[in-house]
Amino acid sequence: MDSLIDLLQQNALMPRADMARLLGRTLEDLDSVITKLEADGIILGYQAIINREKWDTDKVHAVIEVKITPERDGGFDRIASRIAKFEEVQSCYLVSGGYDLLIIVEAANLRAAASFIAEKLSTIEAVQATATHFRLKTYKENGAFHTFESAPERLSVSP
Amino acid sequence: MSITIAEHVRDIPRSGIRDFFEVVQSMSDVISLGIGEPDFATPWHIREAAIYALERGRTGYTSNLGLPRLRRSIADYVQKHFELSYEPLSEVLVSVGVSEAIDLALRALLNPGDEVLYHEPCYVSYAPSIVLSRGIPRAVHTHACDGFALRADALEKAISPRTRILMLNFPTNPTGATMEPAELEKIAALCVRHDLVVMTDEIYSEITYENAKHTSIAGFPGMKERTVFLHGVSKAFAMTGWRIGFACAPAPLIEAMMKIHQYAILCAPIMGQDAAIEALERGEPSVAKMRMEYERRRNFITSSLNEMGLECAKPRGAFYVFPNIAPLGLTSKEFSLRLLREKKVAVVPGTAFGPAGEGHVRCSFATALDQIKIAMARLAEFCTELRA
Repeated sequence: MDSLIDLLQQNALMPRADMARLLGRTLEDLDSVITKLEADGIILGYQAIINREKWDTDKVHAVIEVKITPERDGGFDRIASRIAKFEEVQSCYLVSGGYDLLIIVEAANLRAAASFIAEKLSTIEAVQATATHFRLKTYKENGAFHTFESAPERLSVSP
Repeated sequence: MSITIAEHVRDIPRSGIRDFFEVVQSMSDVISLGIGEPDFATPWHIREAAIYALERGRTGYTSNLGLPRLRRSIADYVQKHFELSYEPLSEVLVSVGVSEAIDLALRALLNPGDEVLYHEPCYVSYAPSIVLSRGIPRAVHTHACDGFALRADALEKAISPRTRILMLNFPTNPTGATMEPAELEKIAALCVRHDLVVMTDEIYSEITYENAKHTSIAGFPGMKERTVFLHGVSKAFAMTGWRIGFACAPAPLIEAMMKIHQYAILCAPIMGQDAAIEALERGEPSVAKMRMEYERRRNFITSSLNEMGLECAKPRGAFYVFPNIAPLGLTSKEFSLRLLREKKVAVVPGTAFGPAGEGHVRCSFATALDQIKIAMARLAEFCTELRA
């Protein structure tokens, strides 16, 4: 199972027949395992990793630290899900340390990002403070390098 | 003036791999399944530790036996993974790859005319290293029907009054063979009965599949005191170019090996030694990741080969498959040369690993999957054309 999850995380688009052969399973068996992983909510989806230096370069991305006041009944959950529902928010995590939520925001441009932070995020009553860090350059994303290291050079035949 | 080469060196045949390498080098766009090293770069945390050590100016000689800290790491690692206890400061020697340690042990142990047994097909250096140490190499053939494991009865037949050493390499390059503990125990008993020293090259021991647990012969009763346990970081940690191997053996033998090592080599490079400390102490997760990748490719390549009619057992260790090509009517050398010329796929003829390798070729799956896929498609075409 670990090996299958690892393969899917490396390349979910790999043909299922190749995947079955790599894992030493039959195609039918593999399909049913993946279907079950999807149905159980273990696999939530499959996405492409986009090089933002080459595509949609106007878009801005920011990491925002958000300090919030937890609620007596819901703790952080209700506020967190309220924030997470905004389309601009790509990821939202509860974290330990000097602030509570770490959110990753994508906006069409700087103006849109500023407007989201000033008008939507900061105005939520439970939000005490925010600190925004704009992304300047990406070196690695979801395990994929944007700046690649060269493939190791090997002798063409060796003992 | 013509320079005369020493006879025992002159008479060593050229390596079959070397010949083949030169043909491959002269061609372009070849997909090579002929490479006997991992296709991964050394895990970053290990490279980074070596860079840090360099930044601190660690560039000098080390103790002849190797950095004491590395020898302690080796002793801990061998205890943890092989359940063998060695005293780090007197029973461990750090060498320039396992190849050097093999040479040291043979030179320290052999008197002219002593016989050394080894199982064949085997790694290319064994027979020449024995000859260079003035010993007499005696091959014991292993067979596909036994998964190329060594049979105790075959070994017993080969033992003579002059036999001094048994060399083992499991998992095996080029066959991927592993040993069942029960058979290994019989071999251990033979070694005790005939008073043989065992040199066991366990360089592929971390690369085993289907959760198979590797067993070292050194762990059987009466064996530790007659065993030279040889290992290194090259294969498991993808560190071939760092050239760090090690030998664990009784102190008097390590002392004798050190005498040769200190005058011939002085010490293994400190950069490699610093990197090896990081590998042995913190490299296990990286090894597990690479093992998982190798296992998937092993499944892929064995099922592809069997589907095209090249009979091939699933190896339980190392990163080689050794399919049977004999039914196609070519020798392993002819097969490899024609496959290279006609389909631009390089595999290594089985005979490069001794005459017992005839009828087989070695395909390494330490190669990226997309390359393996293309190679398998071309190989299938080649087989179809041969059968037509």
